[in-house]
Amino acid sequence: MSKRLWIFIACGLFVSLVLAGVVSNFASSSPDGLDAATLKGCTTDAEGNITGGTCMAQQTKDHQFKDSPLADYGIKGIDNPYLSTGLSGVAGVLITFGVGYGVFWLVRRRRPSGSEPADEAAMSSSGSGGSS
Amino acid sequence: MPNLAMHISNGIIDAPVSAAFAGLALVALAICVNRGRNDLDERLAPMAGLVAAFIFAVQMLNFQVLPGVSGHLLGGVLAAMLVGPWVGALCVSTVLIVQCLVLADGGLTALGLNITNMAVIGTAAGYLLAALLLRFLPKNPTGLAITAFVASVIGVVAASQGFVFEYWLGGTTSLSIPVVSGTMAGSHVLIGIGEGLIAATTVATVARVRPDLVYAMRRFRTKAAPVTPVRAPETVAGGAA
Repeated sequence: MSKRLWIFIACGLFVSLVLAGVVSNFASSSPDGLDAATLKGCTTDAEGNITGGTCMAQQTKDHQFKDSPLADYGIKGIDNPYLSTGLSGVAGVLITFGVGYGVFWLVRRRRPSGSEPADEAAMSSSGSGGSS
Repeated sequence: MPNLAMHISNGIIDAPVSAAFAGLALVALAICVNRGRNDLDERLAPMAGLVAAFIFAVQMLNFQVLPGVSGHLLGGVLAAMLVGPWVGALCVSTVLIVQCLVLADGGLTALGLNITNMAVIGTAAGYLLAALLLRFLPKNPTGLAITAFVASVIGVVAASQGFVFEYWLGGTTSLSIPVVSGTMAGSHVLIGIGEGLIAATTVATVARVRPDLVYAMRRFRTKAAPVTPVRAPETVAGGAA
């Protein structure tokens, strides 16, 4: 596999790690568009807890994995909020890349599909195997 | 930090509708895998992994759109333009699945709803518009940037209306649908503008640095330039990889 491609991938991963690990701490902490819509009709206190009214968010149930070590973009046991958010972001980027690359590698096209003549020419036209 | 949840939580949409959309999302993902593997070769697989990781990172960067309201990238158009619509939808799905299973963001029960809105509707709507625009706009960094911007705005608003549709079908509260729709559309036009700026910058940057890695440049070209040197496939992992 080409070295140039992997240099590009490494640079992209570095940018992603910086964004998730550092810049994420400067993100807005206001509820996003969807959350704001689910809170519409309710009043909330300074910490975002619902204090009254009627809104969608009152029906929210706990997340099945709310006790997971990386739940809510923090790392259990790390009290420093910057470190906790940043490290959860770094972990998330690496996990997402690993899972994504792994799955995409597994399901990739194993041989040229034959739709592109150039690819066909590159294949020795002898072996016409079964599964595609 | 109560505000770090970003996607539909458990309990907002009732169980039958959530289950139906989980089934729909599963079918959509199967179609995407089936169609996407035509595009997925040894070069696109790591690129798609990178696109997923990048979307994960940028989704953490909420930007203010109104007083008390923020927004974040969804990523469908960005992904579709870099790695194609099928693989792109899979990239966004990968992000949503990791966020749900590992970071407890977006309810497990609501995963099908979130995938349907952001990975399927957002990507499909944005991609269709992008494909249309690229018939008229030049396939250079500037043309791609304009395309990414416009398609992102539409893709994000379309995704937000996916939620409204699901809420109409199975909302556990009974708020006025037009009001919910208007609220969602209003905030998501602004979020779409933010997403559009990010997507345009990213796509234009990749198009300048490595145009060969931009799906929209390769696949939308009418007559292919000499198809890049095809190396013999028996380079790595000889056996049953």
